Amino acid sequence: MTRTIAVPDLSLVALVGVTGSGKSTFAREHFAGTQVLSSDAFRALVADDENDQSATHDAFDALHYVAGKRLRAGRLTVVDATHVQRDDRAKLVALAREHDVLPVAIVFDMPLAVLRERNKGHRDLADHVIRRQHDALRRSVRHLAKEGFRKVHVLSPDDSVSIEYEKAYNDKRELTGPFDIIGDVHGCHAELVTLLTRLGYVVSADGAFHPEGRTAVFVGDLVDRGPDTPGVLRLVMGMVAAGTALCVSGNHESKLVRALDGRDVRVSHGLAESLAQLSAEPEEFRKRAREFMYGLVSHYRLDDGRLVVAHAGLKEEYQGRSSGRVRSFCLYGETTGETDEYGLPVRYPWANDYRGAATVVYGHTPVPKAEWVNNTICLDTGCVFGGALTALRWPSKELVSVSAERVHYEPAKPLNAPTRAPDLLRIDDVLGTRHVDARLMGRLKVREENAAGALEVMSRFAIAPQWLPYLPPTMAPCATSTVDGVLEHPLEAFDAYRADGVPEVVCEEKHMGSRAVVVLCRDASVGERRFGAPDGAAGAVYTRTGRSFFPDPTAFLDGLRGAATAADLWTTLDSDWVILDAELLPWSAKAGQLLRRQYAPVGAAATAALPAVVTALEQAAARGADVAGLLARQQARLSNARNYVEAYGRYCWPVDGLDGVSLAPFTVLAAEGHVHATKPRAWHIDVLDDLVAADPGLLRPTRRLFVDLADEASITAGVDWWTSLTGAGGEGMVVKPADPSAAGKLVQPGVKCRGREYLRIIYGPDYTEPEHLRRLRQRSLGRKRSLALREYALGIESLTRLVEEEPLWRVHEPVFAVLALESEPVDPRL
Amino acid sequence: MFLSVTTTHTPATDLGYLLHKHPDRTQRFDVSTGTAHVFYPEVTPERTTASLLLEIDPIGLVRKGGDTLGQYVNDRPYAASSLLAVAMGKVFGTAMRGRCDARPELAETAIPLEIRLPACPGALAERLFTPLGWTVAATRVPLDPAFPDWGDSPYADLRLTGTLRLADALTQLYVLLPVLDDAKHYWVAADEVDKLLRVGKNWLATHPDRELITARYLAHKRRFTVEALERLTELDDRPAEDADEPEQPEREPSLAQLRREAIVGELRSLGVRRIVDMGCGEGRLLRELVTEPTFTEILGVEVAARALRTAARRVDRFAERQRERVTLHQGSVTYADPRVAGFDAMVLSEVVEHVDPPRLPALAATVFGAAKPRHVLVTTPNAEYNVRWETLPAGNFRHPDHRFEWTRAEMAGWADDVCAAHGYEVRHVPVGAVDPEVGAPTQLAVFTRRSA
Repeated sequence: MTRTIAVPDLSLVALVGVTGSGKSTFAREHFAGTQVLSSDAFRALVADDENDQSATHDAFDALHYVAGKRLRAGRLTVVDATHVQRDDRAKLVALAREHDVLPVAIVFDMPLAVLRERNKGHRDLADHVIRRQHDALRRSVRHLAKEGFRKVHVLSPDDSVSIEYEKAYNDKRELTGPFDIIGDVHGCHAELVTLLTRLGYVVSADGAFHPEGRTAVFVGDLVDRGPDTPGVLRLVMGMVAAGTALCVSGNHESKLVRALDGRDVRVSHGLAESLAQLSAEPEEFRKRAREFMYGLVSHYRLDDGRLVVAHAGLKEEYQGRSSGRVRSFCLYGETTGETDEYGLPVRYPWANDYRGAATVVYGHTPVPKAEWVNNTICLDTGCVFGGALTALRWPSKELVSVSAERVHYEPAKPLNAPTRAPDLLRIDDVLGTRHVDARLMGRLKVREENAAGALEVMSRFAIAPQWLPYLPPTMAPCATSTVDGVLEHPLEAFDAYRADGVPEVVCEEKHMGSRAVVVLCRDASVGERRFGAPDGAAGAVYTRTGRSFFPDPTAFLDGLRGAATAADLWTTLDSDWVILDAELLPWSAKAGQLLRRQYAPVGAAATAALPAVVTALEQAAARGADVAGLLARQQARLSNARNYVEAYGRYCWPVDGLDGVSLAPFTVLAAEGHVHATKPRAWHIDVLDDLVAADPGLLRPTRRLFVDLADEASITAGVDWWTSLTGAGGEGMVVKPADPSAAGKLVQPGVKCRGREYLRIIYGPDYTEPEHLRRLRQRSLGRKRSLALREYALGIESLTRLVEEEPLWRVHEPVFAVLALESEPVDPRL
Repeated sequence: MFLSVTTTHTPATDLGYLLHKHPDRTQRFDVSTGTAHVFYPEVTPERTTASLLLEIDPIGLVRKGGDTLGQYVNDRPYAASSLLAVAMGKVFGTAMRGRCDARPELAETAIPLEIRLPACPGALAERLFTPLGWTVAATRVPLDPAFPDWGDSPYADLRLTGTLRLADALTQLYVLLPVLDDAKHYWVAADEVDKLLRVGKNWLATHPDRELITARYLAHKRRFTVEALERLTELDDRPAEDADEPEQPEREPSLAQLRREAIVGELRSLGVRRIVDMGCGEGRLLRELVTEPTFTEILGVEVAARALRTAARRVDRFAERQRERVTLHQGSVTYADPRVAGFDAMVLSEVVEHVDPPRLPALAATVFGAAKPRHVLVTTPNAEYNVRWETLPAGNFRHPDHRFEWTRAEMAGWADDVCAAHGYEVRHVPVGAVDPEVGAPTQLAVFTRRSA
């Protein structure tokens, strides 16, 4: 006879049967080889002999370990062992519970005669062994359900079996909405009708539908406390029956069911109201309501797994799982075991630790205002206590609220604004080998040792992570030039971009200062609301390793804010904050110590020593000594040294407070709703020209020239521009694709072409001497380019996460990764 | 990288014999870092000058690597340093040994000499050369005449005048150039000690700064320094104890030691067993904690990977039973860390003052909000006490990395805020001798969770 047996698609299946009853054959026929963990195979693994009974303990140890790994990853697992002893089965039930999956038993019930026959010539176990196993099995069968197996299938010798996988009740991933998720109603029928109507539903007494086919999702706690629990139930039951709503169970439904069943429950927390209201209803309605509430599932996974709805929330490892404790978490949340001054259980703030990819929407705990915490949101805005009934529209994440018509029920404790702890990052958000998903490049690896180095810098020197949503990427130089006397030349950059399919580039003047990222808010309230700033500031200015530029940036930010307001930047960007990538000048403002300790001393030593050398050689030459070649070389070195001193000197000037400090913004990285960094350069130039014009004292423009890579004249103009720029002492220029998307693939966001004189402060005063230049040309750019691209992708990623209002740890992850990558060993002179 | 030696001894041209370099020839020598040239700018019977020019290959220097040499922007090609000393050894080796077959008596004679080093690290020049009989003229070179407020560079245009044996003059330069420069360019090997003693035998033992010279010449490698000093002491016929390890600058018992004792004492009286040392640094407190057997589990957490490695080496040297009780891992006070939750006590010894004030709320949230140990011990300097330290300039912090130092009232204010926010009580304990006016040098706050 053919039987179909149901197996939940995430379960731990125990095959139960006497040796030789056909378990392994069955497993081979019905499951993938990797799904089946067999005790024989594990005995062989640990002891080289599948019949070595002395290895049984170790074999099961290893088997359970592997089973645990599979279940944690959510994979169906079949254990092929006799399982005729209760203790052996208990271990499997415990393992299933530990991973919140359902334990299933498939029992092979074979007559003793068949077993004896099969044993012959197979294992040749002693007859009493077979008999004892058989007896044990017979005694066990009817207790299996009691032992905790949620499904028990007993197979007879003649059964031919087909397996049907069952989806978990909570698995509604195929439903993609759009949804309107509605917070705790608690019998507030009038407010519910108002809310549904506002959401666009057509509401009747026993149902509602949305003309655009939206689905309502109730987070539970429809009942108790409020004025019309039966009305709410009637409406929601009608919607669920009609398929226009889903509903998960709240703790109040669970308790109401027990009360209706006549169980001994304490009538408190508004249960009395429900019971009184329901007693006025016909028996038939009470019965239907009881069945409805009894049948409510504790959580749903929706929209391809992107959305989880549970009454009290749900941590990641419980999502999609089934067990008593999962249900308990869904209904009651996690408590610390302590009670507060009102005698209510202290809830563990699981959402603070939440790192899951799925958005969790829940209710249960009344809050004054629905707020996102790590991709979770509580919609219980205390309607029954006189607050509001709130809905979240999905996927648009828009919140819709209607105020309570009155206080229907006095709260046990005041609905105070909970002092929301500042978002706390966790060490496992950043430490160890990490893989960061950057949408521009896919998964990027951060090595453990690099993360370790970054942790110290981030912890000891960086500003608060709320103010650090971005770190600028490193930039590769153009390919090494073979043009006489130079190491870098714009033609290399032009050629490379043309080869990459970029039709037009823009050459932008490279300001020799210090890289600065500016986060600027319209006022401190924006800082608090949008960035969760812990310090009441309205912005930050920081270096490429995340250090604050100024001990107190207020004055600088005030100046910048004045310019932004004057230029009407807030309207242009439709935002009350902006992040700018910029260069802060002069170089000496930040690099003062470096200049005095390294750059200037070299110049001082060179310009002190070389004149004495030249004089001595001139005297020797006058005597007729053969020093002509030596003298010429030393004269050249003296001139190189003077050029070197002049080179760094151009980037130094004294500052007094903000006097003398200026900022050259070159990219609008992001503002509300948009990552602007990837927009065409012309857009940035337009926006920033206006900003700079508003305060030419504090801000300085970035000169630029567009070059058409198909036009020789345009290219020549680009080269000439670079030559004159660097000839006049400029650091050089950055060549960027005019439109980053024009190449149709990811290309370097920019390459630098540094000037001949500037490079003396990188490669030393004498690098231009032919014998030095020849060797310096042997430089390898591959790593630098790869690093530049990865850091760019990570930078765009962190900005995107910020703009999409992802939780702090998600924004911080790629920022930290940039810092970690910066500790990779790459030639610092590139 | 340039040195000239002038004599006015008559006939001055004999300098050529003493140096074994003919005044009419320009000679070049390959040395490891480049090329050395010897030439004579002036040659008259009254006055003869020999010059040594070392042309250093700046690219080769970087490509060979090393800490101080890994920069293309480097003073090595210009300033007098050990590289020049090495070149002297190669070019003037015979002269340095005082050998001169052509003028043997002249080699043994003190003659009037002038030495010129136009770019020489100058801070110690007068102090080191004057005791050797030189008249020292050191003109400081400014860092950059265009930026007068930057002040002077480390270099001086150095002119030494004196009447000495040429061999002594040269060996003094050979030893003192690296000492003046204080950045030895090659790894110090054991035979460096022999070399120093051999070269300096005529003058080093009686030099008042011989410890400094020895230490710097041997690039601060302590083991070699002690060995050399001992042998020098013998040379000088002085008892050996004079050359013992120099005194630790901190008074005994040091404040750090008092602090550790205070912490261990408090932990003991609190009866805790499982302890986190948050910011354990190189593990000095761990060393004391393991000696207390009632502390059954000790976790050291440190943000600096380098310090943590040192701590790990220290822990490896503990007895096995002690080692078993210690775990180390990298962590940070501004990131919540499930691994440090649930301990009886957490110690933050000299940690908070290294955290920027805006990050202190994150520290409090991590320690008191997330990890929530039953007790938290925090030590930090008492800023009021700083006036009692004569060596500490007014207004300065005790350590350059300190982001702040609290008065007792400031510490109490922070502690009270933390207690109110996270449900702790606090008790303040002075550590070190209490001054009636300004209190103890270190403040210790002992926090205890209220619902513990």
